[in-house]
Amino acid sequence: MNPEWLDIGPLDQLPAMGARTLPVRGGEEIAIFRTANGQVYALVNKCPHKQGPLSQGIVHDTTVTCPLHNWRISLVSGKALGEDEGCVPTIPVKIDGGRMFLKRDAVLASVETPKLAEPAQCKAA
Amino acid sequence: MLNPVPKLHLVVIGNGMAGCRAVEEILERDASRFRITIFGAEPRVNYNRIMLSPLLAGEKSFEDIIINGQEWYDDNGIDLVAGDPVVAIDRAAKTVTSQSGRVEVYDKLILATGSDPFIIPVPGHDLQGVISFRDMDDVGTMLRAASSGGDAVVIGGGLLGLEAAHGLSLRGMKVTVIHLMNTLMERQLDEAAGWLLKTELEKRGQQILTTADTAEICGDGKVEGVRLKDGREIPASIVVMAVGIRPNVKLARDAGLAIGRGIHVDDHLVTSDANIMSVGECVEHSGQVYGLVAPIWDMCRSLADGLVAEPSGYTGSVTSTKLKVSGIDVFSAGDFSGGDGCEDIVMRDAARGVYKRVIVKEDKIVGAVLYGDTADGNWYFDLLKKQEDVSEIRDALIFGQAFANGGGAGSSPFDAVAALGDDAEICGCNGVSKGKVVACINNGAHDLDAVRSGCKASASCGQCTNLVEGLLALTLGDEFAGERQVKPMCKCTSFTHEDVRKAIVEKELKSIPEVMQAQHWTTPDGCASCRPALNYYLLCAWPGEAVDDQQSRFTNERMHANIQKDGTYSVVPRMWGGVTTPNELRAIADAADKYGARMVKVTGGQRLDLFGIKKEDLPAIWADLNAAGMVSGHAYGKALRTVKTCVGSEWCRFGTQDSTGLGIKTEQMTWGSWMPHKFKIAVSGCPRNCAEATIKDFGVICVDSGYELLVGGNGGIHLRGTDLLCKVATEEETLEYCAAFIQLYREEARYLDRTAPWIERVGIDYVKSRIVEDEAGRKALAERFAFSQSIYQVDPWAKRAAGEDAKLHQHLAEVRPFAGAVA
Repeated sequence: MNPEWLDIGPLDQLPAMGARTLPVRGGEEIAIFRTANGQVYALVNKCPHKQGPLSQGIVHDTTVTCPLHNWRISLVSGKALGEDEGCVPTIPVKIDGGRMFLKRDAVLASVETPKLAEPAQCKAA
Repeated sequence: MLNPVPKLHLVVIGNGMAGCRAVEEILERDASRFRITIFGAEPRVNYNRIMLSPLLAGEKSFEDIIINGQEWYDDNGIDLVAGDPVVAIDRAAKTVTSQSGRVEVYDKLILATGSDPFIIPVPGHDLQGVISFRDMDDVGTMLRAASSGGDAVVIGGGLLGLEAAHGLSLRGMKVTVIHLMNTLMERQLDEAAGWLLKTELEKRGQQILTTADTAEICGDGKVEGVRLKDGREIPASIVVMAVGIRPNVKLARDAGLAIGRGIHVDDHLVTSDANIMSVGECVEHSGQVYGLVAPIWDMCRSLADGLVAEPSGYTGSVTSTKLKVSGIDVFSAGDFSGGDGCEDIVMRDAARGVYKRVIVKEDKIVGAVLYGDTADGNWYFDLLKKQEDVSEIRDALIFGQAFANGGGAGSSPFDAVAALGDDAEICGCNGVSKGKVVACINNGAHDLDAVRSGCKASASCGQCTNLVEGLLALTLGDEFAGERQVKPMCKCTSFTHEDVRKAIVEKELKSIPEVMQAQHWTTPDGCASCRPALNYYLLCAWPGEAVDDQQSRFTNERMHANIQKDGTYSVVPRMWGGVTTPNELRAIADAADKYGARMVKVTGGQRLDLFGIKKEDLPAIWADLNAAGMVSGHAYGKALRTVKTCVGSEWCRFGTQDSTGLGIKTEQMTWGSWMPHKFKIAVSGCPRNCAEATIKDFGVICVDSGYELLVGGNGGIHLRGTDLLCKVATEEETLEYCAAFIQLYREEARYLDRTAPWIERVGIDYVKSRIVEDEAGRKALAERFAFSQSIYQVDPWAKRAAGEDAKLHQHLAEVRPFAGAVA
């Protein structure tokens, strides 16, 4: 019944070196990024520092710089780069037939219900 | 002496480099195994075919290029049959038959028939005077032709063709090279090196025609000229065809051996007949055919190992080409076509005519092209063959072995630079040696920028910046602060803001990727620090031509509103000179209600700020505010923010001029202009200065006799009062000076510098010299500002409200977990 991957729309809806947002009812908003090379990544749209909307940051290489205080977050690992420490959950993405799919359980990880356990976690601090 | 066991008979067909080398290798391993007979088509002993070029050029004589003289054949009991080529092999009878009818029985046979020049079958290819460049006879023909001077045409701009052209040219002929491809020696050199070679040969008097296709060789019985397909005709008394070679497989084919492009051999150089081997240019091994000498030596070793010693097996050769073409050193090895994952390290030295390119893939060298200086060719080739990891020496790699190994394995560029000789080149772009850099430092250049302007080292591509800094540290010791007085823009480049802005104008760079390429950015697409700066510099330098890159704007400028800590935005409509109307206030109040503004605040710049507006509501609130006649207040931008005014002479009993009216005029002239940082203006109606003009970027204080113009004030962290720029008499002058000052700031300040630190750096006297003392310059600045404004003074809200970039404000989709769907 519930597919493993959620279709979130066509790839051309996502600007290169930019991001779009995906609100999740009852959970954390997700930011979907596209790099200059066309790779697509998804993170919870909250900087680990002061919860700034990462989707509004400048995307360079595989990094986004938070618009609030210039923390640099890796799109690949969700980890803060450089001197800063912190981590934001990542959501697996796949592209198929020109459409973007997000891993369903990762999207719903922050939704609080008994059925959907396991809050999103970063792999290894 | 009688030998108890009769020796086996080894017959070699081919008295060239491969055949004789194979014999040498065999003799070295076992001198008594075989009785040897060598057949050669040419009536002479074994000579070095590679040396035909110096022979033609007159640098060597035939005696100089003999490898094995008659005594070698005699000493080793070799029967040389020269000038009598083998014409047939009978594998069943194990015999070979020569042209003269001589028959030899063999136990083992080696085919070393080499290759034949490829003759393109154009009309006239069989005329007298059309020759190839393969053997002593060809050289003889060329020398005879050259003795009477005149014109020569060489068809083929490969190695052999260029050697022939060089020789004929040295012999006094006027030479034209016709080459089908668009660069010379395209198999050995990349385009850049091929172009350098062509330019150099042309300088030496040869005519080089690339992308030239021969249609016909003309002449009546004897060559008179060459006609190209495009109709051009080139006179010639001799035509040298050097378009390529192909393996000579005729004997092998006639004998029924397996052949492809060449004679098929296994790893021990054995053909499809176990008693017949083959080596050299006639061979095809694992699909490869070789035309260079190094693989032939490899093959001969493996053949001898397999025949008389421990079989070693030939596994193919990685080839390199190191040669002198007309006295110019060129070298190439491996794969230099580039491609996925390949990284180029390039060094150019225009002054010395040097070009070096090393291609690295996954930390290993996969190819190299060297032109003009090939001293390190063998070192690169060695690293390539051994597949060594070069990541440790990568920074110094392009500077060569002496450099990279200067301080031992894993040395830093600093150690390496210490080990260099004074002649060693530091800056390839400008041809600056270590000695020159050190002299420049000793003459007082004590930081990178001083060295750059003093001797040009590191001033072009910047790749040698590390080395120059190493030399500074080395030469100055503790005196070297390490810090540059002027810092680079960011970690992506070694260039300063000023360097980059200069390059944008001088090199006419009009897009961000173009700037990054030209200025050797070390990151693929910059960072959040340099991208907005570059975007601004481009818009400033090329108004209307540069494309405004939204992805290089901070979110506030992209969203045309100020992001707040909770991710919502604040919206500030423009109020000209801080003046509003009841209708505008009603519209603002309505918008605040409609979009749930959680706070309405009067700002320091005399505006109203609506807080807590959602990203997706922005276009709608802008449409409502537009409808009431208001435009963007640019409270979010590195741009003209506000013009603050007092009420002035219209109402105030102290007012000396119409400060409100002048403020409105100023704001209408300046709004919408992008700046290095935010820019604030104020106009006060009297020296009581109620509009606080003395802490603004540009301030006006009205006095009875006119207007005092003030610049460089700042009320921020570092409080700075303005400097007096000058006093003017009229509003028109005020506006012109204001425009000129803004443009000077726009063109010369660093991105994210307010006017205060900029003026602290350049000095108010400099600003006065540009704005006050130089009338023509002031007017030109004001005109450039007006031109920029004619393009950029548009209301971004109106565009967005009309639907432009709607995606920026909308969610991609929404996930509703319990509805089980994506909306």
